[in-house]
Amino acid sequence: MRNWRVLVGGALLLALLIAAVFAPALAPYDPLDQDLGAQLVAPDWHFAAVGHFLGTDSLGRDLLSRLIWGSRVALTVALVAGTLTALLGTLLGLAAGFFGGAVDVLISRAVDVWSSFPPVLLSIILVALLGTGLWSVVVAIVVIDWTRFCRVVRAETLKQERMDYVAAAVVAGLPPRVILWREVLPNLLPLTLVLLTLEMGIAVVVEAILSFVGLSISSDVPSWGGMIAEGRTVVHEAPWILSGAMLVLLATVLGFNLLGDGLKAELDPVLR
Amino acid sequence: MLARRILLRLVQAVPTLIGVAVLVFVLVRVVPGDPVAMMIPPGASADDVARLHALYGLDKPILTQFAIWAKQAAVGNFGISITSREGVAGLIASRLPATLELVALAATIAIVLGVALAAIGTRFAGRSGEAAVDAVSGFALAVPDFVWGLGFIVLFGVIWPILPISGRADPTHALDLATNFTLTESVLRLRLALAGEVLSHMVMPATALALPLAAMIARVLKSSLAEQMAQDYVLLARVKGFSRWHVILREALRNAALPTVSLTGVQVTFLVGGTVLIERIFSYPGIGNLAIDAVINRDLPLIQGLILTFAALFILINLALDLSYAALDPRLRHG
Repeated sequence: MRNWRVLVGGALLLALLIAAVFAPALAPYDPLDQDLGAQLVAPDWHFAAVGHFLGTDSLGRDLLSRLIWGSRVALTVALVAGTLTALLGTLLGLAAGFFGGAVDVLISRAVDVWSSFPPVLLSIILVALLGTGLWSVVVAIVVIDWTRFCRVVRAETLKQERMDYVAAAVVAGLPPRVILWREVLPNLLPLTLVLLTLEMGIAVVVEAILSFVGLSISSDVPSWGGMIAEGRTVVHEAPWILSGAMLVLLATVLGFNLLGDGLKAELDPVLR
Repeated sequence: MLARRILLRLVQAVPTLIGVAVLVFVLVRVVPGDPVAMMIPPGASADDVARLHALYGLDKPILTQFAIWAKQAAVGNFGISITSREGVAGLIASRLPATLELVALAATIAIVLGVALAAIGTRFAGRSGEAAVDAVSGFALAVPDFVWGLGFIVLFGVIWPILPISGRADPTHALDLATNFTLTESVLRLRLALAGEVLSHMVMPATALALPLAAMIARVLKSSLAEQMAQDYVLLARVKGFSRWHVILREALRNAALPTVSLTGVQVTFLVGGTVLIERIFSYPGIGNLAIDAVINRDLPLIQGLILTFAALFILINLALDLSYAALDPRLRHG
């Protein structure tokens, strides 16, 4: 991989993964431990044994620890919601492209109507209907974003179907089911992988947004969106709360975007 | 001719709105949770709760509830907000102007910035100027409007505090205006100090909303401009001695505009959707902020009214878009 975007994006996401997996070992404090004697303490940029490297919030909780633990929420949503969205969208896109006819018309029309709604508004309405919580957020992301995969996979399936190898498989007498799974699907995987990477970035932002407005995970679990909400209310007294959570979110989003764009360039023989 | 077409489209919109109304009405009623839960004081008896349900008609069958609601809605009464006890229609009407002005400002910023970026990229095609434009628009697109908004608050509200970070005007003095179109009215009344103050409140949320769209406009317009720049009429204009800027802005731009107009039109819908979050971040008193409060408080009448308002807005935007195609492309005018 000579592509710098893959390297930088991958490095950012690797750091996120390490933070999430080893949160108990990495976090200097318990993220829920309140220290009412140390409220809104400013960042202390010395690596002292005691002290708060990134400062504390209005309940005296250590911000670095909360950011590290918050990466678990972000990564969970990215993996679960991203994968489920990819599965649903890819299957429907394959079906529309491969079977054509009424199936295609039905699915394509659904994609058109669905994607004409503004996603943020739709996700807030959906979570309002489903009730707040992390799983509602996951469902909302899947229900809204499957069209991203469906549209692209459908178009790519139509393109693959016209290729010689599919004609050869038909002549060889393979049943359609086998052609779809064994021949066409493997050729769609690189594209799906790129979309999945980008979708994970979107999922992280959507979760942060819904935590920010108070419609995601309960407020006693540390999440970046929750920290942003608190940081916004005390932004003049303690700008480091909002800044820290925002920069971590930004780095994550850019990580997924860089990796996705880089993979697209690496996996596409024409672009390479 | 034109008037007839607008009228026809408005009539066609009515069934869509009724469909949205039915859907929303059913959806908010089948979900679990008691809509009057927020109003029940501690220690209320089951009898009190039942009386509260009867007061808001929540004890009747869904169909009856819908019939009552539809009859009232037809004459402009959308019920009473459960949390604020104000009329839903009045509440939305008082907040809608703030959102409309924000969307209009954001769309303006996005178009000006997007066209400028595309023109600069085309002028310096194949040189470092184009690479810089691509990098800027790539970054503007990768960062979501949510993060742009928060970044602006930290940068221009705290680190270098030159702009107010919440509200729509300084709350300490009365505005003394007839409408809630604060920006438009203060400009029209030539109260420029007030207009400047309102604008200073709006510029950060509007720019946060506008940046991703500006990047999209820049990309699409730049590629259409590149196509146009390869045409013979461009070469002819250059041979006649017109400058590159003149050719790009006065000749090629108009011919390259159509794909960008259709993109912008679709995206303005998303801009309206984006205000929900941006208004929240900047404590801006529009219908988006109202919508989040309504959802958090499970204020059913208000949620219904707001979703209908958004749906009506989307329909109107699409109508305006269709008409602007006709204005841009003479072939569509007589179709």
